[in-house]
Amino acid sequence: MPALITGAHPAARPRLVLDGPGREGRADYERRGGYRPGLEGQDLVTAVTEAELRGRGGAAFPLGVKLAAVAGRPGEHVVVANGEEGEPASVKDRWLLRNRPHLVIDGALRAASAVAADTVYVYVSDPAAAGSVRAALAELGQRPARVEVWEVDPGYVAGEETAAVNAINGRPAKPSDKPPRPFEEGVRGLPTLVSNVETLANLPGIATGADPVTGTFLMTLGGACARPGLFEVPFGITLGEVAETLGGLGGAPRGYLMGGYFAGLVNERGHALPLDYDVMAAEGSGLGCGSVTVLGPEDCPAGVAAQLLAYFARENSGQCGSCFNGTAAMAGVAAALAQGFAGDPEIERLRSWCGSLPGRGACGTLDGAVNIARSLLDEFPDEVDSHLRGRCARCAGTDFTALTVPFAAVPDANTPDRANPEEAVL
Amino acid sequence: MKIKLDRTMCDGFGKCAEHAPTVFSLDEWGYASLATSPDVPDDLEPAVRRALLDCPVDAIIERQG
Repeated sequence: MPALITGAHPAARPRLVLDGPGREGRADYERRGGYRPGLEGQDLVTAVTEAELRGRGGAAFPLGVKLAAVAGRPGEHVVVANGEEGEPASVKDRWLLRNRPHLVIDGALRAASAVAADTVYVYVSDPAAAGSVRAALAELGQRPARVEVWEVDPGYVAGEETAAVNAINGRPAKPSDKPPRPFEEGVRGLPTLVSNVETLANLPGIATGADPVTGTFLMTLGGACARPGLFEVPFGITLGEVAETLGGLGGAPRGYLMGGYFAGLVNERGHALPLDYDVMAAEGSGLGCGSVTVLGPEDCPAGVAAQLLAYFARENSGQCGSCFNGTAAMAGVAAALAQGFAGDPEIERLRSWCGSLPGRGACGTLDGAVNIARSLLDEFPDEVDSHLRGRCARCAGTDFTALTVPFAAVPDANTPDRANPEEAVL
Repeated sequence: MKIKLDRTMCDGFGKCAEHAPTVFSLDEWGYASLATSPDVPDDLEPAVRRALLDCPVDAIIERQG
């Protein structure tokens, strides 16, 4: 199996990806500055707030606010380092856990110091990631907090913060409705910090002062590009610049699928959009977990949307009626549209759901599905119209319940194997 | 009165929206979400309490604080 391509954008000073291949051991990590003494407790909370570090799991919530919310509550506290990367088009968390386990553990221990927690759970579904973290803990020996690896079955919803808490508390790994959020009531009922492992990987640099700015993030870049892989890129440069420089575009892309499967589609205008949380949100899209999938000239946006909505209809947790009904209904219309059987009334219903369904689920799954439907209608009106008027040659014969959406991390740059997207060695 | 509607519990009976239609909104399949803030104004409290007691799956919970 070929190795996953990793690298950094020329404008980035890489902090998270490594220049060489292979898993980083304790000695290598310490040589790079790891486990050095640094800011602790409230001082670290202040530094994280000043660094304006935002969560890398998808929601981009300010970590400083989250740390302060847990630290400010009475009693014992818990940290959950969330490495259950449910987004199918993202590999960054698994790559970090498999290749830089000490960076994640160092970050999680510093988070434990910031919120005064004596227990850390590293929550993962990837067996190789779990093994890597266990080996790193054995290498590390004594540590200031108890660290436990908690394995869970993989699932789209299993990485949601309340699903993580529920799993560790012995319940199914499914989301709960809020409130309470984990900072109020989490593992064993205690105030709990649930933070993505890439987010935590930023803490050592902030705490030691080595890297207080956190101006780069990990992008899983996949789809219709020559070199799909995992890249560290600076915030602020354009999506097109990254896709061309790092991914290698053969021609003009039709668009991009943003934030794993969550943040919707954007048409070719995505090329000029800067990789910035707020600008992307203002444009009706998002960075989410940092994954970008390029839609090439051969990819039909209607067919892609139909497959993604079928995925949401299948992978939702089956708890909230608005979600299991809404995702199935939207998937049905999208499949009919792609196959050329939909008419204006169906499209009107789809548009109406895009207005009425957001926020009606306990977690973000339904909102992610709406993002796909809404962005298909808004970003690709000509393609929607052409599917209403006739059969689409690209969609004909496609099984919309089986994902052939261009995935990230295909094994070979020259012969992308879309049927086995996970075959690459991370 | 402060409430939570647990949408993972809701089975779409719709009793809540009968009693307090301005507080509980139903989707087209009959599943409820809160249409307003979880802080229930005093004048709506009797209707919301009725909804809470009538919900067959106890999806409406009174919250403290």
